[in-house]
Amino acid sequence: MSEIIVEKLRHVYSAGTPFEVAAIEDIDLVIPQGQLVGIIGHTGSGKSTFIQHMNALLAPSAGKVCCGGQDINESKISRRDVKHQVGLVFQYPEYQLFEETVYKDIAFGPKNMKLSEEEIDQRVREAAGFVGVEEELFEKSPLELSGGQKRRIAIAGVIAMRPGVLILDEPTAGLDPAGCRQILDNICAYREKTGATVIIVSHNMDDVARIAERIIVFSHGRVVMDGSAGEVFSRAQELIDIGLDVPHATALALALRKQGLQLPEGIYTHEQLLSAILEIRGAAVC
Amino acid sequence: MLKDITLGQFFPGDTIAHRLDPRTKLLLVVLFIVALFQARGWVAYGVLTLTVAACMTVSHISARNIFKGLKPMIFILALTGVLNIFYTGGTPILPGWIITWEGIARAIQMVLRIVLLITGTFLLTYTTSPIALTDGLELLLNPLKKLRFPVHEMTIMMSMALRFIPTLIEETDKIMSAQKARGADFETGSLMDRAKALLPVLVPLFVSAFRRADELAVAMESRCYHGGEGRTRMKQLILKGRDYIALALGILLLAGIIYLKKWGL
Repeated sequence: MSEIIVEKLRHVYSAGTPFEVAAIEDIDLVIPQGQLVGIIGHTGSGKSTFIQHMNALLAPSAGKVCCGGQDINESKISRRDVKHQVGLVFQYPEYQLFEETVYKDIAFGPKNMKLSEEEIDQRVREAAGFVGVEEELFEKSPLELSGGQKRRIAIAGVIAMRPGVLILDEPTAGLDPAGCRQILDNICAYREKTGATVIIVSHNMDDVARIAERIIVFSHGRVVMDGSAGEVFSRAQELIDIGLDVPHATALALALRKQGLQLPEGIYTHEQLLSAILEIRGAAVC
Repeated sequence: MLKDITLGQFFPGDTIAHRLDPRTKLLLVVLFIVALFQARGWVAYGVLTLTVAACMTVSHISARNIFKGLKPMIFILALTGVLNIFYTGGTPILPGWIITWEGIARAIQMVLRIVLLITGTFLLTYTTSPIALTDGLELLLNPLKKLRFPVHEMTIMMSMALRFIPTLIEETDKIMSAQKARGADFETGSLMDRAKALLPVLVPLFVSAFRRADELAVAMESRCYHGGEGRTRMKQLILKGRDYIALALGILLLAGIIYLKKWGL
């Protein structure tokens, strides 16, 4: 299917000028079909550069990216096809809305895939359903909707292409907590229904901790950690040292541990923290 | 791709060329252009080419960067060369040919003139930040204020426009990437198709440009900006010894070229 294999990936910006910088270096990753991956890293750590390699928007300076067993940069055709297979939602995707109506905007992707009218219609309705956009909105101009609605419509525009891999760059940036939760739930629903791989880049550690099966940490253009939420957040101090946040519960556990409480490492949800504390208290009472 | 446009780009550095007052550099470019159009013979062109080469060495600007900037001009350069080769009278290189020795010489000189012209102005923008450039321009044009010409307004508009070129290019790049990710195709198809394909880029670009302009106006107003009246500068421009020396050299160059012209060299 669409397993992603990244080998020795390296990308250099402005090669040959005084501004030359290597944005990412020596990235080796395998992302199996259906995994929900969270990517975290500070600003300028190379995450955005990395995800733009996943659908051949950027060509690697060295190394290669394979999707479903095929080198995506092999030819012009493979570079085009991978865009249908790997859907990329950029940061603040609402700024790319351009059509007169919501319906037409969502239909832009499928139309570019040269699908039939019925197929397009079906996909638009399905995608709108995934992100909870009602059909009453279809004939409105996307520019007159609220921020959260625009964001959902933009995501629907990518989902309508039915990508086997869905990549989202900061899908919840600038939204209120309710809007955040709704978008993440929409994305999870899409994954459950279609079995797609989902990669989410985020600064919100609580979101990542809650939904991701695997967390990849970028720092200075390299992968510095790669594992389950428990594994990654058990190295909380290291994360803080490279300038990242940790989930609330992890930060709290870290502070309590410094106070002398014998809490285990790798706590990243409030439930885990609660049960760990109860366990210690229980032991103390006995 | 779009980011590779070097036209008018500033390369930070700390050479004597970077430290010169922007007014000096602007005047030098004017002097250089006048000299360029006074050049008639090979000696004059030789002197000017050497001058440009010397300036490039001093300011650490490599020939590669200049070539990159010249690339978009290739068509104009080629056209100039070809037209001059074929439309200049004189002695044919072979009996019966239209191509003349004079034509070839003229073509080379004309192409050289344009290349030197562009290179000279590139040296200015490569070594001067846009802010310094507009500051220098404002001071140079100050006398026009007496004629009620809105110098400050004009230069602030210029510096804002320059400031936002990279931002808008970046924005265009981002929107194009986003639409490409949705399968938009900007590279193939007929002229009409390609023009239509730009719509998904232009609409969001305009929307964001207006939003940005609005935000900028609010930001400026909330910092009490109200035009040039009584406004002071953080960086005072003061002409130093090196500026006078550079200007003297510039005038010397122009005088030299005019002198050479008299002798037909």
